[in-house]
Amino acid sequence: MRNAILTAALAAALCAAAPAEAGKRDNTLRIAGNQVPESLDSYMNNVRIGVILSHHIWDHLIYRDPKTNEYKPALATAWRWVDEKTLEFELRRGVRFHNGEPFDADDVVYTLNFVSNPANKVVTQQNVNWIERAEKLDAFQVRIRLKQPFPAALEYLAGPVVMYPNEYYAKVGPKGMSEKPVGSGPYKVVEHQPGRLVRFERNADYFKESPRPQPTIEKLELRLIPDQNTQAAELMGKGLDWIFNVPPDQAKQLKGVRDLTVVAGETMRIVWLTLATHDKTPTPVLKDIRVRKAINHAIDRQAMLKTVVGEGARVLHTMCFPSQFGCTDEGAPRYAYDPAKAKALLAEAGHPNGFEIDFYAYRERHQTEAMIGYLRAVGIRTSLRYMQYAAMRDALREGKAGFAHQTWGSFSVNDVSAGTPVFFKFLADDTTRDQRVRDLLDAGDFSVKPEVRRVAYKNALALIAEQAYIVPLYSLPVYYAHTKDLDFRPYPDELPRFWEARWK
Amino acid sequence: MLAYTAKRALLAALVALTVSAACFALVHLSTDVAVAMAGEGARSEDIDFIRKQYGFDRPLAVQYADWLARAARGDFGESLYFRTPVGAIVSERLPTTLLLGALAIAIALALSIPLGVLAAMRPNTWVDRLTLAIAVVGQAMPSFWFALVLILVFGLHLAWLPISGSGTLAHFVLPAIALAYYAAPAIMRLTRSGMLEVLASDYIRTARAKGLRLPAVLFKHALRNAIIPVVALAAVQLGFMLGGSVVIETVFALNGVGYLAWEAILHNDFPVVQAIVLLVALFYIVLTFLADLANGWLDPRIRIG
Repeated sequence: MRNAILTAALAAALCAAAPAEAGKRDNTLRIAGNQVPESLDSYMNNVRIGVILSHHIWDHLIYRDPKTNEYKPALATAWRWVDEKTLEFELRRGVRFHNGEPFDADDVVYTLNFVSNPANKVVTQQNVNWIERAEKLDAFQVRIRLKQPFPAALEYLAGPVVMYPNEYYAKVGPKGMSEKPVGSGPYKVVEHQPGRLVRFERNADYFKESPRPQPTIEKLELRLIPDQNTQAAELMGKGLDWIFNVPPDQAKQLKGVRDLTVVAGETMRIVWLTLATHDKTPTPVLKDIRVRKAINHAIDRQAMLKTVVGEGARVLHTMCFPSQFGCTDEGAPRYAYDPAKAKALLAEAGHPNGFEIDFYAYRERHQTEAMIGYLRAVGIRTSLRYMQYAAMRDALREGKAGFAHQTWGSFSVNDVSAGTPVFFKFLADDTTRDQRVRDLLDAGDFSVKPEVRRVAYKNALALIAEQAYIVPLYSLPVYYAHTKDLDFRPYPDELPRFWEARWK
Repeated sequence: MLAYTAKRALLAALVALTVSAACFALVHLSTDVAVAMAGEGARSEDIDFIRKQYGFDRPLAVQYADWLARAARGDFGESLYFRTPVGAIVSERLPTTLLLGALAIAIALALSIPLGVLAAMRPNTWVDRLTLAIAVVGQAMPSFWFALVLILVFGLHLAWLPISGSGTLAHFVLPAIALAYYAAPAIMRLTRSGMLEVLASDYIRTARAKGLRLPAVLFKHALRNAIIPVVALAAVQLGFMLGGSVVIETVFALNGVGYLAWEAILHNDFPVVQAIVLLVALFYIVLTFLADLANGWLDPRIRIG
């Protein structure tokens, strides 16, 4: 609401303001982020803006086409699974890093062995802790050995695992790589003022065979502006050309500003309600499947999508994001919004007058509050316990919380193994502990045969839905606002691809 | 004066110690630091590892003593987020905050003292009411809102000044005004009441009777006496500006200590949070101490009493 009022005021003021020239004139795209990455070294930060920069500065062995989700050759021209724990890659010749260093097997071996060594304290351990070691076969062939069968390895090699120039990295280390990043990607860093801005120039020598199109925008300039209203003001005043993570109410207002385009995109972040049923659950009422089904029937997810979640999101019936490998709702029951049925199920379970329960939540409070209303309508009276994520996770892990409004972004990894197993494989966050689900997920996680994995995940997801172990809700949207001069396309992995953006 | 100074210094040191203990305790009681640091997706082994590596498994009193001993030597540890020494990060950001604070207090004093004097000279007239209105609006309006209004008018509509960033002195104008306007009303009201009291006193009547010109009476005789409580208040306000610029620095994307505090809270970077809270508290303590000394020097009754 605060954003809506402020943006409305800013928008009204702008109607009277004289139009200024945008970044198209000097072929410089000015963008803003609201978080300062602790380091520009791709392995030493875990913020979204760091991921975005990483994809512009560095390259991957393989590339996942975001339109088809198909893997394509990038720094590697071919790859094969030798066995369930071994991958081999044929590398591309003739690629050079921004500093002129040629790319070869030494770069791959050095990068992978450095980042997978825990002593080097990579921040995002889950991105690299599956790598046992990398070996050089010859100047343009490498072998990667995995700690255990890990079919999602290709997804990681197409995402967070980027290739560094070995000589440069050995010389400067993570600190030097943050101060002056050197990669082989479509943009090179020409200036970095920590906490303030990063300036990029198009890599004119970007390898022509890359599956990514050659960049056409000459310069990128990233400024760090923490306040969303200031970002909107800069966008309207032409100080910026592109912003993201625009709050929905602000996006609505910005839509009315001429010269601006607002686009809604979907994200991989999925939302669900956790219903703890394990032995030590503080909410034994949820152990009854009829109660769990009643909660599933009580919430009108379609209406929530329209009124509180916003454009760009979709209703989900299973606990995964649809583009993820293995994700499907085929064979899973769907619980339609039916408060009468919910009440009947509660009565059948011995709660004709409903019951009281603590409801834990940590983000999108307005959505939690909408759900509180739906639950109250069928007799479930909730006490909201709203807190920081870490505190809520702790409470769930320690068995102090049993009913929670949860979300998970899978670290933008397009594979079910990065999501569902975290909450159903007897790990710390498993609030169900059903052996059948665990075994099915194990079968999916450890096989390198795509068909075996698909079937295993499908059965696991269907079983979770049949047992109503959670209430799958929807994916979350994200809003981008940019100058009308820019041709920009969003993707669900929340990764803006400026190398394919163009001035109109 | 020496005994008075010693007493005040001891009091300041005790306050500093209490603040440091409270700050340490608050950070550690508000959350399990190891869990907060581990972030989304961490396993219990990761949390245990962090707990051991950073010594969070030791008793809180031991951790506090250790932290205090190192803080006394100027070592605030390493930022968990930026992985560089906290002292280096804070000192890198401090000039921006100091410049903003100095500009803001200068603007606040330049605005509030003349207006306070004017209001006292014409009590209960439209001039007085106008200054009262300015003060009430300044005090009541949230600083983020006023900052947005400034951005709207001077940044967007008139396009006279930059909206965000800290590249040039021009970048500091809008944030300094936003910060100053929040601090000015209190100084203005105190100047007015002090001046009203002094202007009614006998020695002012004598000065006027002697035929002294109005500026001499006002500034040489009246203001010098009326300003004593304003000194103490201005010191506190400067402390507020140095520590309370979190919102303003965030809105205007100024890379100062306030912005750093915001980032540190966002990332559970508790060594930085602790260092900043202590630093801001020290600002207040030192400024209050100096104001006490100035007041004691200006008015002997204070140091004797």
